[in-house]
Amino acid sequence: MSDTEPSKIDHEKSDPPEKRATRVDKGATAAGQSSVPFERPQLLTTDARIKKDIRFRRMCIITACTSILILAFLLGSILTAGIPTLSWTLLTGSPEPEPENAGLWPALMGTLWVCAMCSLLTLPLGIGTAILIEEFTPRNKVAKKIFNLIQLNITNLAGVPSVVYGILGLTAFVSMFSLFDKSENSLGPTFEVGAVYYDQFSNLASDPFVDTGGADVPERFFLLPVESRNAASVVPRTGMLAYENGESGLTQVDIIAIDPLSEQPSTDPDQLSRTIDNQSTPGRISENQWYYLRLPFGRGVIAGALTLMLVILPVIIISTQEALRAVPATLREAALGLGSTPWQVVWNVTLPSAVPGIMTGSILAISRAVGETAPILIIAGIVYIRSAPQHLMDDYTVMPLQIYNWTSRPQEEFHNIAAGGIVVLLAILLSFNAVAVLIRHRMQNKLQ
Amino acid sequence: MKLPLHSFLVFGLVFYAGFGDAVAQNTGLLGKVAIDGSSTVYPISEAAASGFQKQYPRVKISVGVSGTGGGFKRFTIGDTDISDASRPIKDSEFAAARKTGVNFFELPVAYDGLTLVARKSNAWLNQLTLDEIKKIFLAGSAAKTWADVREGWPAEEIKIFAPGTDSGTFDYFKEVVVGKSGGSLRSDMSTSEDDNVLVTGVSGTPNAIGFFGVAYYEENKDKLKSIAIVNPKTGDPVSPTATTIENGTYAPFSRPLFIYVNSDSFKRPEVRKFIGYYLQNAPKLASSTGYVALPASIYREAMMRCRMGKSGTHYLTPELEKRSGPVTDIYQLDNLLK
Repeated sequence: MSDTEPSKIDHEKSDPPEKRATRVDKGATAAGQSSVPFERPQLLTTDARIKKDIRFRRMCIITACTSILILAFLLGSILTAGIPTLSWTLLTGSPEPEPENAGLWPALMGTLWVCAMCSLLTLPLGIGTAILIEEFTPRNKVAKKIFNLIQLNITNLAGVPSVVYGILGLTAFVSMFSLFDKSENSLGPTFEVGAVYYDQFSNLASDPFVDTGGADVPERFFLLPVESRNAASVVPRTGMLAYENGESGLTQVDIIAIDPLSEQPSTDPDQLSRTIDNQSTPGRISENQWYYLRLPFGRGVIAGALTLMLVILPVIIISTQEALRAVPATLREAALGLGSTPWQVVWNVTLPSAVPGIMTGSILAISRAVGETAPILIIAGIVYIRSAPQHLMDDYTVMPLQIYNWTSRPQEEFHNIAAGGIVVLLAILLSFNAVAVLIRHRMQNKLQ
Repeated sequence: MKLPLHSFLVFGLVFYAGFGDAVAQNTGLLGKVAIDGSSTVYPISEAAASGFQKQYPRVKISVGVSGTGGGFKRFTIGDTDISDASRPIKDSEFAAARKTGVNFFELPVAYDGLTLVARKSNAWLNQLTLDEIKKIFLAGSAAKTWADVREGWPAEEIKIFAPGTDSGTFDYFKEVVVGKSGGSLRSDMSTSEDDNVLVTGVSGTPNAIGFFGVAYYEENKDKLKSIAIVNPKTGDPVSPTATTIENGTYAPFSRPLFIYVNSDSFKRPEVRKFIGYYLQNAPKLASSTGYVALPASIYREAMMRCRMGKSGTHYLTPELEKRSGPVTDIYQLDNLLK
């Protein structure tokens, strides 16, 4: 969009309406002096034509000004409310119930994760599809019909409301059409890689029903490794392999397991703090590696990214098609004439000259993905989380959701930090656009 | 020294005593707690999660706002550990939980006063009786203008701003106003899921009426005024305040808010600890988020339910009929339906 504006302005500058009008006026007086009667009506119509042109220009200026004024008003009100609340806490903090301590770090990271994944998935797919449709048009009639059908579908899909994709994503990616549904919990993983399961026990001292004999025994929790998600609960025994999570990760601990109904726990505080009730029911927890993968995907980052892919894929295909169409046919013909294969033409000639256009379209589409709220609300369903995602299947929330959450709170202070959040979101979008402009500039210079 | 065995097993009412005020962080506890449900209860759960995670930073708690109905949909298939609800569980949801074998603890956490509001400058709309409210809100009632509701009021059109039909707030209001008669509320109300939209709507429209949770009224006292409700028993008009909501004179629009806890999830140490923290701090959490704390006896009862493993709902009879009344009457062990 922004690339066409400078040229427009240049054009107006080189030929302002007043200048044109005076030129015509001069012509009119000159014609009047020559006093040739049949030229007069023609001049009058020219005059009306010019007036109409001026009126049209004014109308255009008014419409442009109105939209700019509305934008300026919106930006102004957001900036005046948002900039005072901008702080390091807002950027790096977690969402807290007190507005002055609240931040959007988890949402910020969620947005970056989802959008990075979304672009990685969408760009190759979208650009590939556009190349197929534009550059490899078949000659055979049936194939042509199929291509037309695909084209029609893509154009239609670009107009589907994003919330519909959210519902589609819920069945297609989150639960994967319940294809893996073998357990009672339809959203639990049936296949997974990179998860280590533990049974978590609390020590006897943290049991509120046990009298520790006045000794101040710290609350400790122990992890006993188990085979899999659905393995039977561990019955703890003294000397079993056990871990405890501390500041520096998991450390091995010697645990003591007793039956408190028949055995006497040690009165030594250190031993007592390592004592577990062997009748207690543990909680099954998992520690997931960075490459953790599960099927079905569940409500994690990857499901959100795939759903946003559905939302922006048609936009990217269409804009790439436009960019490819803008490449002069003579370039292709020259390359083909030199004996290049169609693939060589696409890779060495068409794509490099279309990259500026493709980039513009893609960045605009990704900016749309950054701002999408409705599908993520359905897919992630989380508005409060304190940690940034650690792997592709991790829970997350995104900035528009965090902002939406803050604006719907009753307290005025939350509305203000929501404005701060909008400023951050705008900054991200603008930097995306700046990257697009930069890449386009470079590629254009290279081509020239 | 040998201590007698029974001294190690002391069953006291002081449950989880002493750890609520501990500031020291415990990085030993790991795990995840998934919460979803009502947007009305959300601020309380968020405050609880935030406070709990300051003590146990490695526990990951996520809170969603799918609405009471949407939350139960996920809860009854075992997808979430805790469901926030601004109304008790419905028979259909209870049946769904039974079918999937999900047992739960029903724990009331706070009172909310459903508040009827008008614009601040409205001079005549000060109090309403339940009959007048029915005239205003019921579908098919004769009242088209305020003059139809009470004589002497202006013959102006009644404009209503109400929460979305998917919210527990709407359900609760409908239940009180429609009752067992099986009617429905007017369909020409302006509804929004975002209560701030309702605040703007009511404060910007002359002769408009709206309703939502008391927290939104408290924050917008400069723009709105609350309408006193004539208590059906005493006949006195009562405004919603912390006192009147807690002592039950603000009737029938004061309602309890709940959390439902999956009893299988409750076995996990991180969920157990979190629920302990939630119930112990509930009075503080409720008042800091704009709600009203329940009587201490209710929290004690709720602790008992968890401790004794008494799962089920108090708000349905064995025939799955709805029970209604003050929470102090209904939240009794005798009413528990598993």
